[in-house]
Amino acid sequence: MNLDEALKTFIIESRELLEQMEEALLHIERAQDDPEIINAIFRAAHTIKGSAGLFGLEYIVAFTHVAESVLDRVRSAELQIGADLVALLLFSRDHIGTLVNHADTGEDPSEASNVRSRELITRLNAYLGHKAEVPATAKNGMPAELEPHLERSSAEHVETDNWHISLRFGRDVLRNGMDPLSFIRYLGTFGTLVNVVTVVETVPPISQLDAESCHLGFEISFQTSVDKAMIEGAFDFVRDDCQIRIMPPHSKISEYVQVIRDLPGKEMRLGEILVQCGTLTAAELEQTLRQQAQSEAQDKRPIGEVLLEQHIVRPEVVAAALDKQKQVKDQKTAESSLIRVDAEKLDQLINLVGELTIASAGTALIAQRAGITELQEAASTLSRLVEKVRDSALTLRMVQIGGTFSRFQRVVRDVSRELGKDIELVISGGETELDKTVVEKIGDPLTHLVRNSMDHGIEPAEVRLAQGKPAKGTLRLNAYHDSGSIVIEVSDDGGGLKKDKILRKAIERGLVQPDANLSDKEIFNLIFEAGFSTADVVSNLSGRGVGMDVVRRNISALRGSIDLDSEEGKGTTISIRLPLTLAIIDGFLVGVGKSSFVVPLDLVVECIELSDEDRRAANERNYLSLRGQVLPYLRLRDMFDVKCAPVRRENVVVVQYGNARAGLVVDSLQGEFQTVIKPLSRIFSHINGIGGSTILGSGEVALILDVPRLVQQVGSQAEKSCLEAA
Amino acid sequence: MPNQKTPKDGSAHFAIEGELTIYRAAELRDAILPQINQADVLEIDLSQVTEIDSAGLQLLVSAKLEAMIRDKQLHFTGHSEPVLEVFDLCDLGGFFGDQVVIAPHTAH
Repeated sequence: MNLDEALKTFIIESRELLEQMEEALLHIERAQDDPEIINAIFRAAHTIKGSAGLFGLEYIVAFTHVAESVLDRVRSAELQIGADLVALLLFSRDHIGTLVNHADTGEDPSEASNVRSRELITRLNAYLGHKAEVPATAKNGMPAELEPHLERSSAEHVETDNWHISLRFGRDVLRNGMDPLSFIRYLGTFGTLVNVVTVVETVPPISQLDAESCHLGFEISFQTSVDKAMIEGAFDFVRDDCQIRIMPPHSKISEYVQVIRDLPGKEMRLGEILVQCGTLTAAELEQTLRQQAQSEAQDKRPIGEVLLEQHIVRPEVVAAALDKQKQVKDQKTAESSLIRVDAEKLDQLINLVGELTIASAGTALIAQRAGITELQEAASTLSRLVEKVRDSALTLRMVQIGGTFSRFQRVVRDVSRELGKDIELVISGGETELDKTVVEKIGDPLTHLVRNSMDHGIEPAEVRLAQGKPAKGTLRLNAYHDSGSIVIEVSDDGGGLKKDKILRKAIERGLVQPDANLSDKEIFNLIFEAGFSTADVVSNLSGRGVGMDVVRRNISALRGSIDLDSEEGKGTTISIRLPLTLAIIDGFLVGVGKSSFVVPLDLVVECIELSDEDRRAANERNYLSLRGQVLPYLRLRDMFDVKCAPVRRENVVVVQYGNARAGLVVDSLQGEFQTVIKPLSRIFSHINGIGGSTILGSGEVALILDVPRLVQQVGSQAEKSCLEAA
Repeated sequence: MPNQKTPKDGSAHFAIEGELTIYRAAELRDAILPQINQADVLEIDLSQVTEIDSAGLQLLVSAKLEAMIRDKQLHFTGHSEPVLEVFDLCDLGGFFGDQVVIAPHTAH
């Protein structure tokens, strides 16, 4: 992996981590005491900083370091996390995101970013400084079990406030391509190397030297504000081969004894090194050596036992540590079962599968014409397999919508602050899957709808209370699958839409005639018209009348539809209905004259024959009775003006979209057909009722019907004729 | 490449040029060892060292140790910029005990 690729990975990972961090930060407001969440936030910042250091992205390291220090205080319960701190950390998170973007484009951070860095660092530092002022209260907040340990040993702490790191590199470190010096240099990126002593005693003279083995050791006195895990993290790559001891500032003298005893090398020299590093004072060394002599006089006991006796480690701590290790391991296995794939490669695969589908349909057709049984069997096996390949290729692109939904936690949080409303976001159906391209494109329209609901939908607290509603407003995001589409609902428990007000405004703006007779749905749908706003006050969020029409346009571009349901005083629900995928569909092939049309199979409910009686009545009415229910229908022959002799028998394909049903009258039913959607060029984009084209096995072109549009058209015609009749 | 200069009075000069890294550590070790064996006073010129890593550092330490054990004199001269940086990082100037010439142009 070259550096560019590694950097790309770093950027992708950082963005993921930042997302996790945001999620955790939003969560923490509600679950303050959960140490796992705080850990998750800390780990995210920590990992980003560590990786950024490897790439020499100083500006990220410097900034993240401060944020991480604050998080560390929170983690050790020295700092209480509150709304203000969460807000600041969210800003910091966003800023890290900006910095990562700089790294992505390969530019140095802009002046604006640098100013922002400084501003945030100042604010973050305030939290660090705050802690220093009141150490007494911080200590009281510590878990009780730690305290006796601290008191007991306080007299034996060494004086320096530097970390001490003792490194003995393994023999094969050099052969494995590691350079011990680079680890020391890396330490220097997040702290000050107060003193480095190279242990040369372990190096053999050149006559006995194998120049490719590593015999070096270092004793380092290190000043830093990061935690032990961070320092340990620096040595992740060599941990297995090396002896690494990291002692926090003010470690107990007995721990140094342990170091001196455990590490190879002459003991006196090590003691001297510790003094040389400034880790121990000469007096402390003397005490250390005395202790060492004492302990040697005692029976040799396992270290663990000695440690336990001296209350250096507690049994439960050991158990917890082991448990933690296991967790980390499990998590690693879970992670490795995922592969990152370039989205472009996936698109290419889908394209190829599309072509394969067409080719396979062609083969099946030829096999049928040839009339060779074996060939037909082989062809049908082939189509079955192609179908499976297609399905699994499509699922590769499927992602859960939950990720998109949870982004809105932040939006809702920020907007509700801005508006001064207390609004809760309830998410359901997050596991519903849909095509990645759809997910990407749905973000903006959804954001607009959510903001709109919060601004116009949910009333201020006092109005809510007056109406007997809870002061806290609720916004719901829901998703579910429904007959080949995905439905995403944005609902609020706010004031709902006022029909008369909408109608009045619409008439004012000349969108409808004053004497127009409109159904509830039609009135509601007026808010999707360009330049329409019902808000009395224009806020900076919404109400300028741009937006809902753009939302509708965006959704239509995805071959979806948007529907609005509202009850005054109770709330509004906006449903977005989207196709699951944009590339390939199961189609139902129908024929009118010599032309073929494809109806998406998911939308087909049933097929019936158009009775003679209905045919005869076709001139008077365009609906028929389907088992006692009124079914409006549309003759494709008339609709597309297909000119050829009428056939003796006609069929009706009953399609359903959303709640509406309609019949499509066609000449012949030709069966199921896997369809690769080829978009129509721009000149045809205004054609009503056609959604795209596809190529049949025979090489002919079939048009794909835009069923939602047709159903709508049939519905409104029927409604109009009903109204005329009434 | 290492190259030997005319020996006089049991003293020898030797220069290491280019990379002093793991890639050449074994080769340089085999080149330095006979030099120490032959001469009582050896000067190794480091002015042309362009890069040095842990293996290179270890090699220098090891050579110095060899000389100390066998009571010979080994001096490093003309430390190049990368060498100085590493010596400084590891605080080994004192161990080698050589005069370090700061101005790079006066190197031998």
